[in-house]
Amino acid sequence: MAKILLEMKNITKTFPGVKALDNVNLQVEEGEIHALVGENGAGKSTLMNVLSGIYPYGTYEGDIIYDGEVCNFNTIKDSEEKGIVIIHQELALVPYMTIGENMFLGNERGKKGAIDWNETYAEADKYLKMVGLSESSRTLVKELGTGKQQMVEIAKALAKHAKLLILDEPTSSLNESDSKALLDLMLKFKKEGMTSIIISHKLNEVAYVADKITVVRDGSTIETLDKHTTEISEDRIIKGMVGRELTDRFPKRHDVKIGDINMEVDNWTVYHPLYPERKVVDNVSLNVRKGEVVGIYGLMGAGRTELAMSVFGHAYGTGISGTLKLDGKEVHLKNIKDAIKHKIAYVTEDRKGNGLVLSNSIKINTTLANLDSISPNKIVDPDKEYQVAVEYKEKLKTKTPSVEQKVGNLSGGNQQKVLLAKWMFADPDVLILDEPTRGIDVGAKYEIYCIINDLVAAGKSVIMISSELPEVLGMSDRIYIMNEGRFVGELNAEEATQEIIMSNILKSGEGA
Amino acid sequence: MEKSKISSFLQKYMMVIALILIMGFFYILTGGKILYPQNVNNLISQNAYVFILAVGMLLCILTGGNIDLSVGSVVCFTGGIGALMMSKGVNMWIAVIVMLVIGLLIGMFQGFWVAYIKVPPFIATLAGMYGFRGLSNVVLNGLTIGVNDETFLKVFGGGAECYVPDFIGSGEGLNLTCIVIGVIGILIFIGLEIKNRVNSKMRGYETKPFINELLWILVISAVAFWLTFKLANHKGIPTALIWIALVVLIYGYITTKTRTGRYLYAVGGNEKATSLSGINTKKVYFIAYSNMGFLAALAGIIVLARMTNAAPTYGQGYEMDAIGACFIGGASAYGGVGTVGGTIIGALLMGVITQGMVIAGIDANYQPVVKGLVLLLAVIFDVLSKKEKK
Repeated sequence: MAKILLEMKNITKTFPGVKALDNVNLQVEEGEIHALVGENGAGKSTLMNVLSGIYPYGTYEGDIIYDGEVCNFNTIKDSEEKGIVIIHQELALVPYMTIGENMFLGNERGKKGAIDWNETYAEADKYLKMVGLSESSRTLVKELGTGKQQMVEIAKALAKHAKLLILDEPTSSLNESDSKALLDLMLKFKKEGMTSIIISHKLNEVAYVADKITVVRDGSTIETLDKHTTEISEDRIIKGMVGRELTDRFPKRHDVKIGDINMEVDNWTVYHPLYPERKVVDNVSLNVRKGEVVGIYGLMGAGRTELAMSVFGHAYGTGISGTLKLDGKEVHLKNIKDAIKHKIAYVTEDRKGNGLVLSNSIKINTTLANLDSISPNKIVDPDKEYQVAVEYKEKLKTKTPSVEQKVGNLSGGNQQKVLLAKWMFADPDVLILDEPTRGIDVGAKYEIYCIINDLVAAGKSVIMISSELPEVLGMSDRIYIMNEGRFVGELNAEEATQEIIMSNILKSGEGA
Repeated sequence: MEKSKISSFLQKYMMVIALILIMGFFYILTGGKILYPQNVNNLISQNAYVFILAVGMLLCILTGGNIDLSVGSVVCFTGGIGALMMSKGVNMWIAVIVMLVIGLLIGMFQGFWVAYIKVPPFIATLAGMYGFRGLSNVVLNGLTIGVNDETFLKVFGGGAECYVPDFIGSGEGLNLTCIVIGVIGILIFIGLEIKNRVNSKMRGYETKPFINELLWILVISAVAFWLTFKLANHKGIPTALIWIALVVLIYGYITTKTRTGRYLYAVGGNEKATSLSGINTKKVYFIAYSNMGFLAALAGIIVLARMTNAAPTYGQGYEMDAIGACFIGGASAYGGVGTVGGTIIGALLMGVITQGMVIAGIDANYQPVVKGLVLLLAVIFDVLSKKEKK
């Protein structure tokens, strides 16, 4: 058996209110490619952040043993000195700097504060060659495509004398041929003795490069599969990823009559606003009936938010095509105001960034999307406004001493309720809830589910976007599965299981 | 009181306390001269432009810490046009309307670039600052043009008779008109507060504890009466105060009671959330900057009247006084937070410091130094108190 290069022992990391990692163990042998797989939020990235010193020593429990010694990393610099280099999912290159400048950013070549540019570019060219790029290191990074930028990231890691390379979703923004090139590069490095850890959602890629696969679920390592001793099939991995019991975490919905189709979207295609050649939503069709909860499940970056926002008065994207029918009649929504007028509401996934005005009170936030209804002659009626705010506070059981409280002072769950109140007050027929329970505790989640049930009981239609499988299964009447901008499956609640949904997604990735 | 209550009280009234302390300091330093009726009167007349510009600036700052650097130049430019028109014998009311319209158009011009083309406000208004300064020179031909239209000076508080005439009293001794107006104002204030409280009680809303409400009414009434008395002792109400009061009341109402006001705070607090609530955020920026141009023209009128002439150098640094007043008054440099009341306190604070130093005979070169320090301290306090909360 080869030497163990890295061992992470009993790692536990808690954030206020959540245990992100619970007694995680990971062993990586020298010279292997080790894959970490798991659902969104399973704790893969957290684990790598612990390893690289982003969460400094002392903020977690457990030991990191690297190259035979126990390591206490306080900063990324500490771990990089040992040769552990992490490449994050989002590219971290400065577009208006040259490749060479980027590669040695924070690691400049030269003496006594003066940068030796000749050495910088000569070194940079050397590393570029190693990753198979023929560009000059004096090229500006913005001139490169994302595939080549990813290669520059790897060259940058090599320039730091990496012995253990960690790649977090390296192919998530790459097309197929770029992905293939990257994976082949990893295999080439492996032959030269490099050890790598790859985090990926794409099981076909994992199966292609990895020697061992560790499955992470709900903050714990479930199992490690060894390619050389066991047959690794995708179904086998999926089973490890989702194998949990659905418990009674969802309130029952009683006798809700599902009525006519309320909203129908046909052949909806959306392009990226900054890169108009990139298709973000690809020919999607969906419908939702009165009294129905429709779930849209997909991993992050599948295009769910983009789909929802583009339907919501073209709040996202360019070159939008397709038809939108409300109550059987085709409508063209010009802007968000128009969408609200046509009784559509979009409750954002990012309540702090896009949803609430944190410096304002609950009262002011509650009425913001429908201020016109309480401000005849453009002057806000303070009595009505107060009554509305109190009414929704009581209806949604928002825990706060007063509706004059600043939203920024509330807990996540209560903020979410204020956000829901705001959109319920806008009186929509169709509510699109984007990750309605992200980052809130179990109790508050249950209350949000109850609110959703009340909404459909009142004849509203709810589209719930979520990346939590149990939630989608527990709440939806019907489920659409989305991957890479397309719908890859539609299931009724009765027939859907976690395994079916996951394999739908993962297998669709291969065909592309 | 609990500790948290004390700290929240301090935070809320910090600048009021600072104002009182600084006034006390200068009271001792100048042997009480700073509170002579004449000086209280001057404080208002001299700083009228700061109050008006600061209120306009507040609306811009609310939208996200955006400032308007051009206001000093716009004050000079509109003043120059007014002076030129009146010197050519144009009716003063027409001149006033033309000045206000030009101010509004300038505001709309800059607002268009800021709101719809997304030119950073700093740059758009820096361009305006140069441009309208230059145009002022062009209009005035580099000269000083005097204004001697009696009505204009009287209405906008310039020249020797920059006070509201005493209709009731004899004009000798205590100014009775001033006292009467002051008392009526105080009674209206008390009436409104009581009506508000009764209304809130009846509908079951939260109200301040009775003792706080009583203290609030007493303190405000006392300060207002004291001010009335001081003013009445020296020729009565400065005309400029009427204009300041109008601006404060109207914009206080707009910012707290209207949809437009609500949108200003919302855009500054979270532009994305506001836009996703179906609100036209571009229009909000446009309104803030258009309004700034309008108020700059009003300030231009007041300055023209006070100086009784227009010169190409007028208005220099006014934008900084206005911006400083807003930030000292508690407006957030990131937008979304700030009140008209706070801004007025901020403007007063700067005015008191300047005047106190002049009366105390301190070298004029130190005035900007002290102003700068006060601004820095106010913002440091603001930043620290926010950090604490987190």
